[in-house]
Amino acid sequence: MEATEVRQIVLDIIEDVALDEDLSNLDDSVALREQLDLDSMDFLDIVMELKKRHKVEVPQEDYPQLATMNSCVEYLTPKMQ
Amino acid sequence: MGLLKEEVNLAIPMGRQFDPKETSYDAVIIGAGMSGMAAAIRLAMYDKKVLLLERHTISGGLNSYYNRRKRSLDVGLHALTNFAAKKERGRPLTKLLKQLRLPYEELQLSPQFESRVQFPEVGLRFSNDLDLLLSEIEKNFPHEKDNFSKLLHHIENFNEVALDNKTVMAKDEVRRFIKDPLLVEMIFCPLLIYGSAWENDMDFSQFVIMFKSIFIEGFGRSRGGVRRILELLRNRLEEVGAEVCYRNGVKKIITERGKVVGVVTDRGQTLKTPKVLSCAGYPETLSLIDEEKIDSNPRVGRLSFTETIITLNERPKDFGLKDTIIFHNNQNHYSYQRPESLIDHKSAVLCLPNNFRDDDYQEGVYRLTMMANYPQWRELKEKTPQLYKEKKEEVLQESIKILESYMPGFKNKEITFSDVFSPTTVERYTGHFGGCVYGSPDKSRDGTTPYDGLFLCGTDQGFLGIIGSMLSGISMANLHGLMASTPQNKGSTVQGNEEREISSSITP
Repeated sequence: MEATEVRQIVLDIIEDVALDEDLSNLDDSVALREQLDLDSMDFLDIVMELKKRHKVEVPQEDYPQLATMNSCVEYLTPKMQ
Repeated sequence: MGLLKEEVNLAIPMGRQFDPKETSYDAVIIGAGMSGMAAAIRLAMYDKKVLLLERHTISGGLNSYYNRRKRSLDVGLHALTNFAAKKERGRPLTKLLKQLRLPYEELQLSPQFESRVQFPEVGLRFSNDLDLLLSEIEKNFPHEKDNFSKLLHHIENFNEVALDNKTVMAKDEVRRFIKDPLLVEMIFCPLLIYGSAWENDMDFSQFVIMFKSIFIEGFGRSRGGVRRILELLRNRLEEVGAEVCYRNGVKKIITERGKVVGVVTDRGQTLKTPKVLSCAGYPETLSLIDEEKIDSNPRVGRLSFTETIITLNERPKDFGLKDTIIFHNNQNHYSYQRPESLIDHKSAVLCLPNNFRDDDYQEGVYRLTMMANYPQWRELKEKTPQLYKEKKEEVLQESIKILESYMPGFKNKEITFSDVFSPTTVERYTGHFGGCVYGSPDKSRDGTTPYDGLFLCGTDQGFLGIIGSMLSGISMANLHGLMASTPQNKGSTVQGNEEREISSSITP
């Protein structure tokens, strides 16, 4: 899967998890938490949605990899081949 | 539905299910209270096979509604606490809506005008804007203005939902800041009666939860009342595929050597499940265990209430009253404990639901809650049913007297409907021992019990108010149902702790 597709997958999930957030000005290199109203419960949901929709497991020790959009894409792309 | 101007299509769904379709579930949830419903939604959202068992014909538990003479009446819940505007960051209500994927608009939330704590010589008004309370403190307690600011600062910086907070008596903590005993009593009055399972004091963490939800965030009401909220939850349950059975509670929890293996329903089905989440209350849940008990004796709560409902053609505004909720107390000390007599005549909470910004009632509705003595009501009901009825009539007359003191002329108006609930009514509808309203004084903050696979959510987990209750169901489902599937997550996913655990690792 291409990086751009993975980015879109993550974006779709965040859009559903964070309901009313505006994602159009997201800076891919800045922590998601700093730009959006995402707390740890929401991150749990991102992990749960990745598992439910794409069968990708993210073990807890890898959670830091989900900090920014760039790191999400980098971490998830090999897992989505 | 004579009471509502608009038919909001919130009727009880027809064709409800009584018997489970399967014989084995990933999780069984006891009770379709607010927390049980929220927990079931969360688990089913992530493909767990969930069964929600409710003993009654409608959901909501303590916070529900009933129809009488073409009126739809809310009981339990006076108002939704934790009011938040759309997209207000970090608010419990915002978190709750996100976790359940409910759009803010669907709540059709309307804010209160203002409320008041009324003692004999002084009143404290407050609204969803903290500035009103601050100006009231300045006006009535000028000598405490700075102390109150310091207390507020302490509260705002306190992590009340961390699971490892030590139990601290809240009055001791507040007295470190506030010196005037009258102000201490006035601050505690609404917080105690809107959520404390302890008499006359509360744990400081619970104090902070209540303080934020009432004095800082404030009150709101959904158009259509509690029915709308319950209907939203029921629709979500259906969408995510959780199975719900009504008129079928849990008769027995089956354990083997301290581990949950299944349940037996009221209607006699035996179901296999490794996990039970219960919003039935701590002592009530443990009483369902079939094995010899593990040593654990959570106490039965002592606090129960009567509730009076009255309707008139006149609304509070026709008497010139704009208050939404009045915490009435006729002495300088606030006594929050089981009274020696059937009811406590010294205090009451008046709820005037017409006085939210959006008044969708067709008439004036007046609700009045008083502290009551459960054992005495119980004895009356069992031994002298006629006297029980007469005593309920006395509660009605007492309620009218209090309403009259705020709205002169009230007692001369024609009452179009009235009803009184006693502690035995609460017991019947909630299944809580002793008709207790806020559960056991012994809480399980992390939801665990002495039994493997048996968890609590709701009142006896200890988050308060209906927003707290739903967040409790969500947090316990997350912690014990969703994260538990990854073995390294032995930690915490409840609001506060989880905040530190997961997110501190996520924020580089």
